[in-house]
Amino acid sequence: MIRQKLFTSVFFLLFALSAIALVSAQEKPYIFRGGTIYPIEGDSIRNGSLVVHHGKIIAVGNAESIAAPPGAVSFDVTGKVIMPGLVDTHSHIGGGDGADQSAALQPEIRILDAIDVRSDTFKKALAGGITTVNVMPGSGYLMSGQTAYLKLRRANSINDMLLCTDPITDICGGMKMANGTNSIRNAPFPGTRAKSAAMVRQLFVKAQDYRARVQAAGGNPEKLPKRELDMEALVQVLEGKRTVHFHTHRHDDILTVLRLSKEFGFRVVLHHVSEGWKIAKEIAEAGAPCSIIVLDSPGGKLEAVDIRYENGAILEKAGITVAYHTDDWITDSRLFLRSAALGVRAGMSRQKALEAVTLAGAKILGLDSRVGSLKPGKDADFVILSGHPLSVYAHVEETWIEGTKVFDRSNPEDRKYSVGGYEVFRGDAADDSDKEGAE
Amino acid sequence: MRKLIHTAVVCGLVFYMTSFLSINETHAQVAVCGEVVYTMSGSPLQNGIVLIRKNKIEQVGLAAQVSIPGDYKVMSAKVVTPGLIDAHSVVGLSGIYNQAHDQDQLEKSSAIQPELRALDAYNPREKLVEWIRNLGVTTVHTGPAPGALASGQTIIVKTVGGTVNEALLDSIGMVAFTLGQTVGENFRSPGTRSKGVAMIRAEFVKAQDYALKRKAKDPDKRPTRDLELETLLRVLNGQVKALFTVNKATEIMSALRLAKEFKFDLVLDGAAEAYLAMNEIKAAGVPVIIHPTMVRTYGDTRNASFETAQQLEKAGIPIALQSGYEDYVPKTRVVLYEAAIAAANRLPYEKALGAITIDAARIIGVDKRVGSLEQGKDADVVLFDGDPFEYTTHVCGVIVNGSVVSETCK
Repeated sequence: MIRQKLFTSVFFLLFALSAIALVSAQEKPYIFRGGTIYPIEGDSIRNGSLVVHHGKIIAVGNAESIAAPPGAVSFDVTGKVIMPGLVDTHSHIGGGDGADQSAALQPEIRILDAIDVRSDTFKKALAGGITTVNVMPGSGYLMSGQTAYLKLRRANSINDMLLCTDPITDICGGMKMANGTNSIRNAPFPGTRAKSAAMVRQLFVKAQDYRARVQAAGGNPEKLPKRELDMEALVQVLEGKRTVHFHTHRHDDILTVLRLSKEFGFRVVLHHVSEGWKIAKEIAEAGAPCSIIVLDSPGGKLEAVDIRYENGAILEKAGITVAYHTDDWITDSRLFLRSAALGVRAGMSRQKALEAVTLAGAKILGLDSRVGSLKPGKDADFVILSGHPLSVYAHVEETWIEGTKVFDRSNPEDRKYSVGGYEVFRGDAADDSDKEGAE
Repeated sequence: MRKLIHTAVVCGLVFYMTSFLSINETHAQVAVCGEVVYTMSGSPLQNGIVLIRKNKIEQVGLAAQVSIPGDYKVMSAKVVTPGLIDAHSVVGLSGIYNQAHDQDQLEKSSAIQPELRALDAYNPREKLVEWIRNLGVTTVHTGPAPGALASGQTIIVKTVGGTVNEALLDSIGMVAFTLGQTVGENFRSPGTRSKGVAMIRAEFVKAQDYALKRKAKDPDKRPTRDLELETLLRVLNGQVKALFTVNKATEIMSALRLAKEFKFDLVLDGAAEAYLAMNEIKAAGVPVIIHPTMVRTYGDTRNASFETAQQLEKAGIPIALQSGYEDYVPKTRVVLYEAAIAAANRLPYEKALGAITIDAARIIGVDKRVGSLEQGKDADVVLFDGDPFEYTTHVCGVIVNGSVVSETCK
């Protein structure tokens, strides 16, 4: 009995110590000197310095103009490149699953209840320089649930990764929706596109009604309608507090999304948007940002036959906010920068292509006050690369989150996640149900 | 630097003189000038010229040594390489739409059907053929997808032509076999690895027996022709190579064991865990067509590594790279991109180029025709505006059989 008590108190002591360690991470300032810095906001800086302290960026600029703070630990990154940690606006890492087969619309589902924080897919993402990610449930549903905005910190529980404070009370992500062929299936799923839209409209009308009843209650608990989890999530959507992330490929499906967004006034991000280049003007007029994917070749499904490398360039020229995403496992998190580079190959500006894997993603997720660029006051999330971010030969050497190094290619235990090999990946990230849900 | 200016001037001048003379002529006579020309037969040429006459390469050399006849169309590029070779693909059988009507890559009625010919299924007008051609791929070893114990016969085609006959370089490339998890998913039997190997062994034994009976003196005692066994016999007789798609080390060892028992010419394909069996592969003298470098790390290729190409090359094992097979997206990979990732992961630069040109040509047995820029070979040439492996470089010209098939930068 005593032994058990002792064990318990030791356990609590360790727990308390580790909690302190988390809070007081990075007590000393760090200065990274000599590298080329792409701050994303502002011009690139040759022979730059980056100072971070207590997990935040303190200073960014030319090495000569920035003095090392007293007691700073200095890192020589001559010949290297520093850029913000990458922001992936659409991914399926973490082994989570969302809605089940029971219904086409399941807004009450939270992916954060299903994520395995120890999944090797997170390590893969860190090896690719990704620090912030929108983990989404699949696309085989009109509405497959609530997404989770995560920082890829070392984590024991999902709480350690979330960008919100309390998953029980806070809004910790967006709402995943889809149209087109993925969500057209046997009943209770819709059988046509028109039915898909009608089902979505009916549910939003119901949510409007629920919202009206909540408002009518005027805060009086007696008069409040009984809690309905699906309605509560949709009220957040109607009030613009929860962004809709809408999987959509074909030009007419994209326009359907814009029509729904206009009717119900929800904030929407268009995802994949394979035929966005055909209707860039309409998307620009609606002011909808796009989170797009690059595939090595078109096709594989009818909706993606007309996907083009040029999509990013055309959307950029129309003045639309464009982010890239991995849709991991559809494309590999380790190669996220490759998407930006292929965008440049097809005419995107280098600046906007780099923004598309950093700041544009941060804006799309509403996190740009914290991440997406190297700016004093923002989180110290950054990547050290061996070369130009758009070069095939550049490797992610280190990934840092909030002043803590979370990936180091020079460490064989981390390096294996960059390269792969025997028993590195469990390979369970892509079963058939995921496949149906992705892309 | 002076040399560079010299080439630029020579190419520019000739281009000026000929540009308005030959507008409507077929481009059977072309001069390709490259700041760097990777001939893949010897060191790269700084300021090189490739002369093309009709469908063949007429001359290759330094700008200072090659004079361009006045009536040649002149094309210039930063980097020039031979037409790229995809050592294993399903393009032309597995189409862009991914609908029943354009998916001819795998017959699932029986696990052993080596008599099936890609020749009878290849669609040269498939959009994905054009897609990879515009990105520099001029020769493809294509055929059935992995997934049956014996799935059929591959073909080698150029990425041009309106009919399969026009495209054809070799009507029987190899006979394709698969061992591994995917076979079990496609057929009720084999359900285990052991069963799969046993079934293949039994079929080869049957083919040996068939060969003896076909030689019977009394014509009445000879069995009727059996297309399946005839195909396997061609493998046993060394007329056609056996392409074994095997990813786990266990399966690689099984393929090597089969090749030893039945003495056929083996080419290993996929080979995700080849790094675990390098000594055995090397001792057997077997080449490897490695899975796409960017293959997804799940299922049979769960243990794939970006560095497998480098490791095998370093061990002295002949390698080529491939686009492979995807049942979803991207519907085809681009072998140039796969080589780029291998090059970025320690495969020496020219070895990475070799894996999609001359070394690929050797492994699929067409190196007399394609794979390098040498006098007398097919005039398949690719023009780049920078390092071919860089993501941001474009393919700005593709020549197949002496015809310029693409001149826009992709």
